[in-house]
Amino acid sequence: MTADQAPPLLTIRGVSKTFPGVRALDDVQLTLRRGEVHALMGENGAGKSTLIKVLTGVESADGGEMLLDGQPIRPNSPRDAEAVGISTVYQEVNLVPNLSVAENLCLGRFPKTAGVIRWGEARRRAQAALRRLNLDLDVRRQLSSYSLALQQMIAIARALDTDAKLLILDEPTSSLDDNEVDELLGVMDRLRSEGLGILFVTHFMDQVYRISDRITVLRNGGFVCERRTAELPRLELISAMVGKDVAALEEQEAQARAGHAQATQGETLLKAEGLGHTGVHGPMNFEIEKGQTVGLAGLLGSGRTETAWMVFGVDPAGSGKLKFDGKDVNPGSPREAMALGIAMTPEDRKAAGIIPNLSVRENIVLALQSRRGLWRRLSKARQRELADQYIASLNIKTPHREQLVRNLSGGNQQKVLLARWLAIEPRLFILDEPTRGIDVGAKGEIEKLIRVLAEKGMSILFISSELEEVARTCQRVVVLRDRRQVGVLDGEGISEKAILEMIAASPTGGASKEAAHA
Amino acid sequence: MPEQVATKTRRLPAAFEALFWPVLALVLLLVFNALFTPNYLKVEMVDGRLSGYLIDIFRDGAAVMLVALGMTLVIGTGGVDLSVGAIMAIAAVLAAAMVTPAWLGDTLGPWAVDAYANHPGAWVALLLVVSLAAAAVVGMWNGLLVSVLRVQPIIATLILMVSGRGLAQLICGGQIYLFDDEPSLRFIGQGTLLGLPFSLWLVAAMLIVTALLTRRTALGLMIESVGDNDLASHYAGLRARTIKFMVYAFSGLCAGVAGLIESTNVSSANANKIGLWFELDAIFAVVVGGTALTGGRFFIIGSVVGALLIQTLTNTMYVYEVRPEVALIPKALIILAVCLLQSAAFRRRVVGALTAPFKSKGTQGNAAAGGAG
Repeated sequence: MTADQAPPLLTIRGVSKTFPGVRALDDVQLTLRRGEVHALMGENGAGKSTLIKVLTGVESADGGEMLLDGQPIRPNSPRDAEAVGISTVYQEVNLVPNLSVAENLCLGRFPKTAGVIRWGEARRRAQAALRRLNLDLDVRRQLSSYSLALQQMIAIARALDTDAKLLILDEPTSSLDDNEVDELLGVMDRLRSEGLGILFVTHFMDQVYRISDRITVLRNGGFVCERRTAELPRLELISAMVGKDVAALEEQEAQARAGHAQATQGETLLKAEGLGHTGVHGPMNFEIEKGQTVGLAGLLGSGRTETAWMVFGVDPAGSGKLKFDGKDVNPGSPREAMALGIAMTPEDRKAAGIIPNLSVRENIVLALQSRRGLWRRLSKARQRELADQYIASLNIKTPHREQLVRNLSGGNQQKVLLARWLAIEPRLFILDEPTRGIDVGAKGEIEKLIRVLAEKGMSILFISSELEEVARTCQRVVVLRDRRQVGVLDGEGISEKAILEMIAASPTGGASKEAAHA
Repeated sequence: MPEQVATKTRRLPAAFEALFWPVLALVLLLVFNALFTPNYLKVEMVDGRLSGYLIDIFRDGAAVMLVALGMTLVIGTGGVDLSVGAIMAIAAVLAAAMVTPAWLGDTLGPWAVDAYANHPGAWVALLLVVSLAAAAVVGMWNGLLVSVLRVQPIIATLILMVSGRGLAQLICGGQIYLFDDEPSLRFIGQGTLLGLPFSLWLVAAMLIVTALLTRRTALGLMIESVGDNDLASHYAGLRARTIKFMVYAFSGLCAGVAGLIESTNVSSANANKIGLWFELDAIFAVVVGGTALTGGRFFIIGSVVGALLIQTLTNTMYVYEVRPEVALIPKALIILAVCLLQSAAFRRRVVGALTAPFKSKGTQGNAAAGGAG
């Protein structure tokens, strides 16, 4: 760990930024020292991205000051920021896949004589930049011929090639596997010892605790706290991020209990045994009983959606077993999952859910029609009947059934998707963030619908970022962190606090790697 | 009537909106011609067949209408089929070669020459099946590239657009075979049934088939769903790939029939000439008819009206003996106007497509076809 006495490299004081209708940053402060890895934490919408945009000159702050090495800075573009020594590597590798490594490293700053590029020198410079990260690559090869992890390293090498003093890493590990993450953290450690300051943005808690010296937490655009990592227990970090203090969480516990009394039939419908992708995700072990609502809880990026995808056949599991109604299954496509009686409303309603330019009626009959196949077309009368039935029972607000779905509000679009799947009478219904971005009224209606469906014997796999909602709705909660299952809570044991504690519990050593069996 | 099959089952406002501008443009063009061309609207019975300018439009436009039918479904899935012209040539050349004894003897052996000589009727039936099947198979190749190998439709079909004519040349060995000795085949492009050109009956039959296929099965809904949101359709359990595969196969079949009409109309099958630039006329017909190139909602009747509009324009220029290179300009402007009037979203695309000299040879091809008929 670096000494606290080191002079601050970057000081941010009182920075604010307002977008029309949103206070994205409100009096934010941050102090980052030389030779320090500083984690910037916060849930979605906390203001991390806006702060980075202000730092890199993509957006300009409304007020406050930023000092780099004691000098006030006010970058107006990423180029400005680079010129003063702030370089950024983004989550998605921000390079040109079809150019060579050397071209990528020198893009925009080729060594030239009278406008002609000196290729020999460009290659030498590229090699030198990579050597700083202990990389020895053929810089003439196309960037895309290297793995994502190496591309990420190359992006870092490019960022450092500008005499950077401060390196911002924005979610650099989200597409990397375990070994690649290890490599990247190793590089970060080496750069830190060279005296570079690193601002590390990630959702992966374990990585924060492995590498960072200090943590700054933001919430709803405001500064919450800055602490040394060693002095900030995980539970406190999480409660700082979600804005509930530990005592308040305990109080809610009692409230939530009432919702768990629901009786299930006690028969197992779905059983996951070691489900996952070796080295990347899992293993997941959980059961869903008939008529039971099971929640998948965890922070963003913890692998909730990926788990749903394995069950629904979007991304079939690479390892482990899945039992549905006593039989071994591994749906290879949504169609195969549908044939088993599994339905799913996806997290990304716009991209993967609605057919925007088709009518409410057509959107509702789609799944049922695709199960019936091409030739057994639902009659016009039956389609109208189905549409009207669900418009009434789910209280879908639309002028009429022929309205295009894109003209509906988010909540009503979600209800149309629910109707689409209810029409096939699924046995297991996966709801991925069904209440995200919809108004409170519709939210309540959807929660109520879940209870009614469960009473009728339908099993539900419920995913939500709102832990309170998970605690209220589910009779069993599978808790995830960093794409690993960290525990299961049942009945009385479910509470928002218990979920948070489980997310925060320190990792169980190398268990995850051992468990990656077939 | 097939028209009603397609429009009645669809929400009337959307179909009405899609059809309004092309129909209006067509009517205005006909009114213009009726005012300035003597006897333009006159249709009379000559030797048991109806004749007149209007009948010419239908007869000359038969092939484009057919190709536009298949193209409508392809564009509905968000794709495009540039190879229809080449497929027309393949079907035409195959049919012409199979009634040429020299080719039969060289390629298939003496038994084929004998078979043709002894059972000409059965042989003609066989060659129709063979050439249309070939067209469908070639369409399936497109479907394979697009749906299984995920090649971009414009590239996948461009490959066949270029190599398809090579394939046709390979079949006929560079020869231009004639239909002169086979009147039953010439009947396809030149014959008359119940007073109307036989090719028009073929168009009507294919139109009914397409309408039934898309509106009486779930194919129409599935095409529109896949075309509008591929990923969401996959999540809803649709076989997006199979559907794409099917529409390219169907487009190939439609092009095959169109190739037989075009070649038998001029009594010869020139691998370099049959169906040349038809893909562009067909795409225009579909777009003018209200189907967006981005996929989703498609309008079969709109495409037929679009094809008739384009053919009427071509024939109008022909009537006024406008030089082909000059004729392109008013034709282009009218098509552009219809597209712009129809939807603001079309503007960018239409401008992009028009920058290519899209009709330089299509006009000649159509004129030649019209002249021979």
